[in-house]
Amino acid sequence: MSPTIPAITPVALLGAAAPFAQSGLDLAQTDLAQWLPILIFLGIAVLLSAGFVFAPIVASRFTGAHRPGDEKLSEYECGFPAFEAPRRAFDVRFYLVAILFIIFDLEVAFLFPWAVTVFDLGWQAWGGMIVFLTVLTVGFLYEWKKGALEWE
Amino acid sequence: MTAFFQSLGMTYEWAWFTSTIAGILLIALPLMLAVAMIIYVDRKIWAAMALRKGPNVVGPFGLLQSFADGLKVFLQETIIPSAANKGLFLLAPIITFTVALLAWAVIPFNSGAVLADINVGLLYILAVSSLGVYGVVISGWASNSKYPFFSAMRAAAQMISYEVSIGFTLVCVVLWAGTFNMNGIVLAQQGHGLGFVNGFFFNPLLFPMWVVFLISALAETARAPFDLTEAESELVAGYQTEYSSMSFALFWLGEYANVLLMCTLNAVLFFGGWLPPVEWSLLYYVPGWLWLFIKIFFFFFVFSWIKATVPRFRYDQLMRLGWKIFLPLSLLFVVLISGWLMLTRYGV
Repeated sequence: MSPTIPAITPVALLGAAAPFAQSGLDLAQTDLAQWLPILIFLGIAVLLSAGFVFAPIVASRFTGAHRPGDEKLSEYECGFPAFEAPRRAFDVRFYLVAILFIIFDLEVAFLFPWAVTVFDLGWQAWGGMIVFLTVLTVGFLYEWKKGALEWE
Repeated sequence: MTAFFQSLGMTYEWAWFTSTIAGILLIALPLMLAVAMIIYVDRKIWAAMALRKGPNVVGPFGLLQSFADGLKVFLQETIIPSAANKGLFLLAPIITFTVALLAWAVIPFNSGAVLADINVGLLYILAVSSLGVYGVVISGWASNSKYPFFSAMRAAAQMISYEVSIGFTLVCVVLWAGTFNMNGIVLAQQGHGLGFVNGFFFNPLLFPMWVVFLISALAETARAPFDLTEAESELVAGYQTEYSSMSFALFWLGEYANVLLMCTLNAVLFFGGWLPPVEWSLLYYVPGWLWLFIKIFFFFFVFSWIKATVPRFRYDQLMRLGWKIFLPLSLLFVVLISGWLMLTRYGV
């Protein structure tokens, strides 16, 4: 390493030569440095949005807009004092929807790698996935018949 | 861009770093400007369809309305309810806005003009857009108030319901394109329809999936007619009820950034992204990013049009549409499309 290059640079940290490496589904080429811009973006986005949240809090101290009061800081309930605690039991169907979501989102997660490789693997891979989808569809129909999808 | 900074005498690493920062700012700042303008456009379109004038006082034709609103909101007091969980309460808008910005890292604006050309770009977008639900749930919970809580429950159930059918439609696109890379998906659409139409929509098997994707995109971003999360006649302002000042505005900015992202995904996944609509060499003289922006604007007009004309769904209708119609339909099309492609690509 020549002395002009700083010892620790963002690219050198990940040991990468080509940050904008070639695209495509070449797994051997997969290079963490492709994700480095996203990491930097994450930092900038967090700073930006935190600035948007906290700067007005500071600014209102100076402009005199910051005047809290008991009534103002109470929770909103159409002008009444709140009748009861807001964190109560909620409908179990929200829970059922979340469970169903986990099942089907996992299914999608299984479909993604299959979708780019199935044409190399042949009919066996295709049939295997169809069997998997059928099993899940049977479960889905059972839930449908049981009324887990009904909202009235 | 790296080469340009290298020509200024920087080493490769620092030139790369500077150009990445410049690229991020080139995405984030115009995006925020675009969101401000698109809110104005939304209000103008909505007003025109109701035979009103819309914002027309601040600046020429009211063009500066969004900036005046932003300044007003910035100078307001940030009210943190005494019953709220303060840390989480302030964290929620940060999450919402950060996630809304992050998804743009993999959008190709032109051939090769993409910040992070990762090979699983579409998967990244799906992952990041699912994170948006955290901002909603945390804001609803941390407010410690009834309306935000009910709204957050609704919003979470609605967003995850439609994410499933969005996932299946994306699988269909990936099956046809053969890659997750966003530029690869755009290039796979070149001359897709009869050899000269650029876009997956011109395909009898993918067109129904585009319709499902468009409607799911409306539901995912809680746009009208699926704006049940902030149905003002029932829930005041939804999960944003307790928010004020810039924290309130961040939810709006994030929401509109997500709407723009969904318009962009419509353009990139089904309408050829930065490619011109048809293969005609003259059309390639128009820069690619301009084609992309025209398509994004067209889809935003469609979104506004729907908002102005379609009445709001009921919650049971929304869940029925998502789970009983879109889910089986998109599942069926995954089987159909993969079967058809196996026959044509792999052979019997």
